[in-house]
Amino acid sequence: MGPARPAPCGPPATGALPHPAGPRLLTGWGRTAPTGARVLRPRTRDEAVAALRSCGARGGIARGLGRSYGDAAQNAGGTVLDTTALDRVLALDAVTGTVTCEAGVSLHRLMTVLLPLGWFVPVTPGTRYVTVGGAIGADIHGKNHHISGSFTRHVRSMDLLTADGQVRTLTPGSELFDATCGGMGLTGLVLSATFDLLPVETSVMSVDTERLPDLDTLLATLTATDHRYRYSVAWIDLLARGTAAGRAVLTRGDHAPLSALEGASGRLARAARREPLAFRPGRLPPPPRTVPDGLLRAGTVGAFNKFWYHKAPLRRRGELQRLASFFHPLDGLPHWNRIYGGTGFVQWQCVVPHEADDALRRVVRLLSRRSCPSFLAVLKRFGAAGPGWLSFPTEGWTLALDIPAGLPGLDGFLDRLDEEIAAAGGRLYLAKDARMRPELLTAMYPRLDDFRALRAEVDPRGLFTSDLARRLAL
Amino acid sequence: MKDAFGSPQSLLVLGGTSDIALATVRRFLARRTRTVWLAGRPGPRLDEAAATLRREATAHGAQVTVRTVAFDALACESHEEVLGKVFAEGDIDVVLLAFGVLGDQRADEQDPTAAVRVVRTNYVGAVSAGLVCARALRTQGHGSLVVLSSVAGVRARRANFLYGSSKAGLDAFAQGLSDALHGTGAHVLVVRPGFVHTRMTAGLPAAPLATTPGAVADAVVQGVRRRAGTVWVPGALGPLMSLLRLLPRPLFRRLPG
Repeated sequence: MGPARPAPCGPPATGALPHPAGPRLLTGWGRTAPTGARVLRPRTRDEAVAALRSCGARGGIARGLGRSYGDAAQNAGGTVLDTTALDRVLALDAVTGTVTCEAGVSLHRLMTVLLPLGWFVPVTPGTRYVTVGGAIGADIHGKNHHISGSFTRHVRSMDLLTADGQVRTLTPGSELFDATCGGMGLTGLVLSATFDLLPVETSVMSVDTERLPDLDTLLATLTATDHRYRYSVAWIDLLARGTAAGRAVLTRGDHAPLSALEGASGRLARAARREPLAFRPGRLPPPPRTVPDGLLRAGTVGAFNKFWYHKAPLRRRGELQRLASFFHPLDGLPHWNRIYGGTGFVQWQCVVPHEADDALRRVVRLLSRRSCPSFLAVLKRFGAAGPGWLSFPTEGWTLALDIPAGLPGLDGFLDRLDEEIAAAGGRLYLAKDARMRPELLTAMYPRLDDFRALRAEVDPRGLFTSDLARRLAL
Repeated sequence: MKDAFGSPQSLLVLGGTSDIALATVRRFLARRTRTVWLAGRPGPRLDEAAATLRREATAHGAQVTVRTVAFDALACESHEEVLGKVFAEGDIDVVLLAFGVLGDQRADEQDPTAAVRVVRTNYVGAVSAGLVCARALRTQGHGSLVVLSSVAGVRARRANFLYGSSKAGLDAFAQGLSDALHGTGAHVLVVRPGFVHTRMTAGLPAAPLATTPGAVADAVVQGVRRRAGTVWVPGALGPLMSLLRLLPRPLFRRLPG
């Protein structure tokens, strides 16, 4: 067991709210469309209320670690409420397996604190560097969505600071709770939350890897056997042509039980036997601040994809992997978003219902035919949708990819993919969007009108707003 | 708001009947633009420009609002009020500062009042309107101010130095403004076209590397997308003008045109 932790911890709250020097330029993780905003970093609830009161006509929006790809945590000309100083873990209930923490606590921090005690977060995305507030606002999902649903399914309660300056404690089932889950921070500022944890025996993963030669085999395999695994995701090669289009490396697994360590060979197994719950992920030095544009093009990415596909074993069972390399391989390289150069990149993530897999095939074909240089394309089967009004995950296939924003003609091409998705009854992920047509939104999110009506009621002056909200008229 | 590709949703055109500006508006309308303000001297030409844009947008099935606003570059004291009203109705993602007059060089040399009118329109009026827009963009924390300069401002030429000097002033102003706005979210793009076939240059002999309003529009779209500081149209004019600037005066004077 790890050392006992004093709670709460974090910097002591003293003095008045630090006043910012001037506007700061902010972008999302994709580094496109920078806008200027005044950034305030409240350290306590009182400071958060004071910061909210000081928001002018252009309102405010919460921002955690800035991992939303698009403009969700930007507020041009207004105020951005940096939540990362609200970073106290308030309580851990080892009987019910729940944790209560402030909104600015990152999943990285929670893992560092909780893994040695035998607990893991209920849902983790591809990066640990997201805050709990952001996890609720974007209703994030992970490789376990088909089993465990999205993050907010595990939230027991949360404290929300609304535009009237009141702190409301919300529990599942209330309208404001459902609007806040996936509500992109537009219903208020999440101050703290209580959510369920997953008990684990070790901090290593037991992983099955398979190489699948094409998209059809991949979809069939996922449909037939995904329910056997807690975690599942496929990396797919969008640059492979013809019949190989959509060939994939499928990795599925679960937390390794202590029994799996016995008899296992290798350095990781030996280390894990000594210290089963150790969590000390390594990090490489970041790439330089300026990287030339156009490093990632069809040629370089195609070569990488080919290597990555053929490097993967045809079939391997029960391999032990470090938790960080299974869930968060890119976290090993800080500021990896710089490799796309100054023009940045866009993420595009859609979900289509299972029965609309034809649309998915068409989209993959279009991407392959256009040689979209994407080396981070992943495909996954989502389970049932949660109750969040603007929550992204719905039952079906989800495909996510990164593309350099400087690619000529990319804007029109992605519009075409959007049309396919909308026509198939699918939707795009708002936490990743930086470019969709606002007109498509109502078809994609049928509860948008309810969301707007509730927002108008809770926040009649539109105090909580963001670049995303302005761009898409949320 | 502009999207990840720099496509604006709302435009304000100062000089709403300018061929270059209207070509640029069309490019943006084909993408995300749904609100267009055409600011110019009220009259049938301005109304006609708005009506044409509306008609074209409807034909594409887009829900577009095109509005006109009475704006006179020479009436600097009115700029604050006129443009303030536009910004009060909603954010403007891209402002095209596109008004300007060419004047008649030979005649204007003999008529200082007419010469001053060229300078007051192209430089003084642009400084006034540019500052009003810059303040609004700074307040809203985003947006691009596209300033139509000219290669004529890079080095004064016998044939058009009145016009050229006004564009030289405008160009220097825009560059300084760009630095002043750095880090605020607002962005200034200086566009330096060569000879462009437009209503303004109709009847004049075309210079080498002459271009079209459509080509300038494409360069503006690309410049806004890349958040560039300067674009030359055509691009070859950039290095060419760097050379011409170094050319000794006696030689430069003898260049044709």
